[in-house]
Amino acid sequence: MAKKYGVYICTGCGIGDVLNIDELGGVAEDEGHTVKSHECLCGKAGLELLNADVKDGVNTLAILGCSRRVNYDIFKWDNCLVDRASIREQVVWTMSREKYPAKGPEDDDYFVDNIQLAANDYMRMSLARLDKVELPVPFKLENQSNKILIIGGGITGMSAAIDAAKTGADVTIVEKSAKLGGWAAKMRKQTPQCEPYTDLMDPVANTTIAKLGEFSNISVKTNTVVARIAGQPGDFTVTLKTPGQEIPFDVPFPLTPEMKVDADGNELDAEAQTAKYKEYNVGREDILTLDPEGERFGAVVLAAGWRPAELTAEAYPHLSIGDPDVVTNAQFEEMAAAGKVVRPSDGKEAKNVVFIQSPGAGSDRDFEYAGSVTSLVALKQAKYVREDYEDGKAYIFYQHMRTPGFTEEFYKSMQQDNGIFMTKGDIASVTKDGKGFTVEANGTLLGDNLKVKADLVVLAAGMVPATVDDAVINLAYRQGPGFRDNDIFDGYADSNFICFPYETQRTGIYAAGAVRRSLTMEESIEDATGAALKAIQCLESVNRGVAVHPRSGDMTFPDFFFQRCTQCKRCTEECPFGALDDDEKGTPKLNPTRCRRCGTCMGACPERIIGFADYNVDSVGSQVKSIWVPCEDDYYEPPMRILGLICENDALPALDMAAMKKLGVNAEVRFIPVRCLGSVNVVWIKDALSQGMDGVFLLGCKHGDDYQCHFVKGSELADVRMKKIGDALASLALEEERVAQFEIAIDEADKLPEIVNAFVDQVVALGPNPFKGF
Amino acid sequence: MTIDKAAPASASILVVGGGISGLTTTLEAAETGHEVILVEKNAYLGGRVLQLNQYFPKLCPPTCGLEINFRRIKDNPAIHVQTMTEVVKVEGTPGNYEVTLKTRPRFVNGNCTGCGACNEVCEGEIENELNFGMDRTKAAYLPHPMAFPAQYVISEYISEDDKKKCADACKYDAIDFSMTETTTTVKVASVVWATGWKPYDATRIDNLGFGRHQNIITNMMLERMASSTGPTSGKILRPSDNAAPKSVVFVQCAGSRDENHLPYCSYICCMASLKHATYLRTQYPDCEITIYYIDLRAPGQRYEKFYEQLKKDEKVFFVKGKVAEVSEAQNGGITVVAENALTGEKLRQTADLVVLATGMEPSLASGKPQADLTFNGNGFIVNDFEKGGMFGCGCANKPADVVSSNQNATGMALKAIQTVVGR
Repeated sequence: MAKKYGVYICTGCGIGDVLNIDELGGVAEDEGHTVKSHECLCGKAGLELLNADVKDGVNTLAILGCSRRVNYDIFKWDNCLVDRASIREQVVWTMSREKYPAKGPEDDDYFVDNIQLAANDYMRMSLARLDKVELPVPFKLENQSNKILIIGGGITGMSAAIDAAKTGADVTIVEKSAKLGGWAAKMRKQTPQCEPYTDLMDPVANTTIAKLGEFSNISVKTNTVVARIAGQPGDFTVTLKTPGQEIPFDVPFPLTPEMKVDADGNELDAEAQTAKYKEYNVGREDILTLDPEGERFGAVVLAAGWRPAELTAEAYPHLSIGDPDVVTNAQFEEMAAAGKVVRPSDGKEAKNVVFIQSPGAGSDRDFEYAGSVTSLVALKQAKYVREDYEDGKAYIFYQHMRTPGFTEEFYKSMQQDNGIFMTKGDIASVTKDGKGFTVEANGTLLGDNLKVKADLVVLAAGMVPATVDDAVINLAYRQGPGFRDNDIFDGYADSNFICFPYETQRTGIYAAGAVRRSLTMEESIEDATGAALKAIQCLESVNRGVAVHPRSGDMTFPDFFFQRCTQCKRCTEECPFGALDDDEKGTPKLNPTRCRRCGTCMGACPERIIGFADYNVDSVGSQVKSIWVPCEDDYYEPPMRILGLICENDALPALDMAAMKKLGVNAEVRFIPVRCLGSVNVVWIKDALSQGMDGVFLLGCKHGDDYQCHFVKGSELADVRMKKIGDALASLALEEERVAQFEIAIDEADKLPEIVNAFVDQVVALGPNPFKGF
Repeated sequence: MTIDKAAPASASILVVGGGISGLTTTLEAAETGHEVILVEKNAYLGGRVLQLNQYFPKLCPPTCGLEINFRRIKDNPAIHVQTMTEVVKVEGTPGNYEVTLKTRPRFVNGNCTGCGACNEVCEGEIENELNFGMDRTKAAYLPHPMAFPAQYVISEYISEDDKKKCADACKYDAIDFSMTETTTTVKVASVVWATGWKPYDATRIDNLGFGRHQNIITNMMLERMASSTGPTSGKILRPSDNAAPKSVVFVQCAGSRDENHLPYCSYICCMASLKHATYLRTQYPDCEITIYYIDLRAPGQRYEKFYEQLKKDEKVFFVKGKVAEVSEAQNGGITVVAENALTGEKLRQTADLVVLATGMEPSLASGKPQADLTFNGNGFIVNDFEKGGMFGCGCANKPADVVSSNQNATGMALKAIQTVVGR
């Protein structure tokens, strides 16, 4: 595109009162641009001016005015590049004339007008950026598959299949066992799901199985598991197999960190690693080899479900685990579905059944992987005892009866049954007493040392997600076959985002049901609908060539200049979404539809060969270089110049809010928004320092297990890179303290000026950068 | 997106309510390629979660996710947002609805640049609803620093004098007192009701003294105090004397699990109080906290871990027992009387501040719209997926936490799309 520039300065909202607009315009005019100013660019007359210019062929617009977070829909033209320099929020509203006076008539040329200098720099940065960016061209797959693969034929998988099929999607369910239905089909009854919440329901699983048959666009493969999923959303090649089979297209595993080093702990070179990887995965094809027999899919729903937690006598020595008449809730359900409730040891009637919700022994925790489901199941199973025996008695010991929402009504209705006894209680022991047991509990509603006789004891074992044992999805990705970081969530395939529960670290693969969290059947069915929507939506985004959440609609994607690639593998390893695979030599292969456009690869690349059309190493680097760094030739006391690379997702809004509150930020700081701190390439920091800037800081989201980074790893990776930057600084003979990274949450606008100003003070104490003026 | 300009006469889906659930349904449906009209009765989006300081269990600010959602809205031309708008009635059948909308006047038009000049000159103040009336705001105001759309609002209660001042101060011709309530109709295939919830009116729980004693507050009021955008700029203070509380009592199930009030469990209050304990313990290292509960509902690995963490705090105490009565003690203290359910002991405890963990009532419990919807006895919408067309979503459908609401709301986007596709 031949760029035709237009530079527009809004003088409204106090901008014209604070700045010398002629001087500001002069900065662009010196570069040969035509500059126009208006007292209200977003108003009718202002827009007319802009629209007329665009009609005249202007297609590259620098608009200096309010933050790009406002009036986004106004300053937007098809096929035009627009840069919004936030001189309202970042200059006029954060720098007061009280602190930084304007040049008076008596001041000489050496007078430092800090606010004007800031605005002038933002003008330069805007032009520098526009010079280096282009309009994006979306990536389109040549032959997109819109089929949806659903892993797991339990109630969640079946529900997802039906919900997706109703919109016309082609769906395949793979189920590892011989039958559909999963746990939902093995129950005697279900807990009630509608008013009056008094009666148990017949299991819905069989109705759902029957319903599948009504859809010609759903196919079902039982006795089938996923050997591997290769490729990317819209273009997955899936190899299916029968469970237990070993085939060449079983997914290979990446080397563990221990395997990547020699006996002395030194990292093996690429060749040796490849050899070791081949040895480790002998008999398995590499991830980049596509199965010619594979079936193509566009998106995946993971609904692999759960298994009952194994309760061991070692972990709970006081519960008589190992005795055949001490069973888990899952074993009890199986027995109840098969017939009457009996004692497994001798088949005799079990009329007195004790249900234990929490292991006790001094703790009020439930069993591992328990949830409200385990409370509800105990209530339901207590009812079985009452259904089977008129004189049957069920005792439920809980620490906390966890029946949230409407399920409380079910709990309440169970309280009406005088054959069901429920109490809080801390289980002290389960001991054999003749053919039965004595269960002893303390801290009950009837006091300590409560003893109950039981024929059968049922323990509320939790629901362990399938992803604890196995990757299940078996992705042929260089980073490995499963979701990353599941250990943060005890193995659940969850996202860490409360706001965005479906956004896992693997694009196009959406988890639903008990594999995500301990969910009731009703909740799982609901969750399945959500996952089905996300799968369909991902395919729609792929079709349009745009990113999915959180940069939904973004048409850019990373472009690689491979001639300069040194095969260091950092991009492949650091991508939070596993979007890159490298070949035997270590050359990265991008899978654009896996990519979420955070730019972490661009930040990682030491050769600086990765960039996006509208955001790249050169565009930001040029912005940095465009900042004027005054030295002693310019002023008696040249002001400091400090660069702030600021995350656009959370820190930038916080900066805008600090501006609205008129909380002052030091005028010697220049901010450049970045997509994510993960995209920060250290070369920008080096550039800033070697041109004489006095300090650089990064401002981004919180990291750690409760990370707030929308790209999962960005701020964490930036932190790692910052820690390593000390060497580079030493080579420049600069102090480490000139570079820092700070965490800030979006609601910490009040803290932001404190953090920034304290850093400035720290840099001031170090004195000016000795490179200044060279 | 387009904001508050004339909405299109038709779209695929109408979403009622711009809280976290409505936003989610809107975005998920629009990003799947469907035209969505989102109407919100407030002047801003974000709903109930905009009032929260942090989410449990991550202790992260809701504005973080809202910012991303607002950006997704900004970038999406298929979304049309109308604030200060409510549904009057819905006529028609699934796939073919005509919806009558009523929009209150904002008295500020699209010219508003957000410069704040009106706010500076306006003198009269109104009750700040966002902060549950704990402070006042000028009659020309930005509802929240993160308000979206970022445009000012003028209260209908503004004085004639202030009207003139504001109009004079605005350089951009953005203030228009000739605006009146308008009624429009739109045609859509599906309607998703994400009308959310309101805190149960604590004055109705007579024995817990809310409204009679200043130092008894609700959990949502505490949430506003803890927020940097709240009435106390983030400091949790005792209302009577703005002192830092040294002891705080939480009363769980204030209204919930109670046949006389809300028979169901409100789902979030236990976790919310645990979260509130973290706010207090972070601000006041000496503050002692006692939580009176029936059951501590922290189900699942993630919530249980959060509770475990708090149990380690030596200044946080848990008592199984229901608070029966409250009375005012000396120096503004509040004495609560409760029975320890385990020991049978009658407890009297005086604290500086008492927080009622009030539950959630569906917004539609009072004032149901004219629409073919089925409600349960407590005003939640009961969904009929066989019939389709209209759906209750998030807390309009059932009490739930934010993550479950978002799961539900994502699914409701597909249910709505099924109606659109099937028409």
